[in-house]
Amino acid sequence: MSDNLLEVSDLSVHYPGRANWFFQKAEPKKAVDGISFVVPKGKTVGLVGESGSGKTTTGRAIVKLAPLTAGKILYQGVDIGILSNSAFLPWRKKIQMIFQDPYNSLNPRADILSILSEPLEIHFPQMTREDREVRCAELLRSVQLPAEHLRRFPHEFSGGQRQRIGIARALAVQPELIICDEPVSALDVSVQAEVVNLLQDLQEQFGLTYLFVAHDLAVVEHVSDHILVMSKGRIVEQGTPSEILGNPQHDYTKTLLAAVPRF
Amino acid sequence: MLPIMSAEPLLKVQDLCVTFRTGDRATVAAQGVSYELAAGEVLAIVGESGSGKSVSALALTRLLPPEPSCSLSGSVQLSGVELQGLPEDKLAKIRGGSIAYIFQEPGTSLNPVYTIGFQIGEAVALHRPEVKDIKAEVIRSLAEVHIHDPERVANQYPHELSGGMQQRAMIAMALACNPKILVADEPTTALDVTIQKEIMDLLARLRRERGMSIVLITHNFGIIANFADKVAVMWKGSIVESGPVEQIMRIQSHPYTKALIACIPRLGQRRRRLTTLSDELRVSR
Repeated sequence: MSDNLLEVSDLSVHYPGRANWFFQKAEPKKAVDGISFVVPKGKTVGLVGESGSGKTTTGRAIVKLAPLTAGKILYQGVDIGILSNSAFLPWRKKIQMIFQDPYNSLNPRADILSILSEPLEIHFPQMTREDREVRCAELLRSVQLPAEHLRRFPHEFSGGQRQRIGIARALAVQPELIICDEPVSALDVSVQAEVVNLLQDLQEQFGLTYLFVAHDLAVVEHVSDHILVMSKGRIVEQGTPSEILGNPQHDYTKTLLAAVPRF
Repeated sequence: MLPIMSAEPLLKVQDLCVTFRTGDRATVAAQGVSYELAAGEVLAIVGESGSGKSVSALALTRLLPPEPSCSLSGSVQLSGVELQGLPEDKLAKIRGGSIAYIFQEPGTSLNPVYTIGFQIGEAVALHRPEVKDIKAEVIRSLAEVHIHDPERVANQYPHELSGGMQQRAMIAMALACNPKILVADEPTTALDVTIQKEIMDLLARLRRERGMSIVLITHNFGIIANFADKVAVMWKGSIVESGPVEQIMRIQSHPYTKALIACIPRLGQRRRRLTTLSDELRVSR
């Protein structure tokens, strides 16, 4: 078996366009249009691009949160793209996701214990309630939050703390691959640095693999071993951070780099 | 061309304090905030969430909850006229008139049930009663912010526009009343870098052409270095350091400023780990 945890080939996600007045079929909206890339085990692959470039859809398609139009998603050699939702369940345990907005991705009516317990109930049904509580406290500690916070509700936390809870929820089921969808975009620079460092520590500790979706080039450069640049549903350029930043080939990458205010 | 700076600053803020009260608890959101802003100048206010930067900007025109839940003290002088204690109807003319605001999330600051044109027209009708042809004025203001098809956009609703276009519409609305000061509260935080550059270039041009002053609230030091004349760093409700942008970007005298700049990842300067704020500098949360 190769060292690639994930191999994506010719992935497309098309949404039907709106039919016009004469009921003629409209052109589909091609959110992702035939992209191929690999994610090696234990590495971080950065995915950059503007809003609407298809980077988020790519991440979501991998965990079946977006419908696949064509292409293959091989996870350790198994095509997970064709699986039904129920057949995909064992892979949901292996592939977890961290969302951009820490304010909307946690249920406001559930306390932290139930937020962290839910994935455990699904993927580890043999666990007792006590086991789960012990595990949840341990999870909170691993994201550097005090275990006493289990009985609190999301509104009692700051943005950075909520993002840590989102990370703890993803870690709960001991995943191999985490898709981080703009995990630090909504955070202050100082909190951003803490969360980025935490993600890197956890990667080392648990041997995690990341697909890191973001629009901040400096952050992506910092965390990634390999960078994919997306524009209009396609990957226009890919390479190591030093290749992409030192010698960008595609016009879009150059525009993106030129737009970053330097100091 | 920048207008010649007169001795009297356009805006003079002295010892501004904002306190919020909930039940029997009082929270001081801003304390002893003082700065001056000359015509055509850009002042950047930088700091983390909760440092009091937005609250102190809103306090300029008392865009805050009424007493007793929020109390305000200190002095705000616009061209020598004291704004604190001004009756509400006079203050309403200044809000959006002499001092206009644009906010971080254009999607939530625009009214979803009215067209862009209607919302800009409303501001024009309110603040510039002398304008006869409001529609033409709306189209002109949309064209000024480089919206290519102003007639069409004027008839659209906010949800039909992208984030960048919504922010342009917000800027058009703010500028339609010819403000002397534009308060831009994190105008590009929700936008992509390429759109961010377009918006910042647009603000720089408008400032140049109109000699308008800008209070720019941001936590992006890249934007500050390229755009601002002066910087004020806020921490826990107070300005801990301020000065010309070249000076602050070069040497930071307050440890908080130093730490804040150090924790930003920079392109082409890869480090193994990002620096984080030490416990004593962290805003308690």
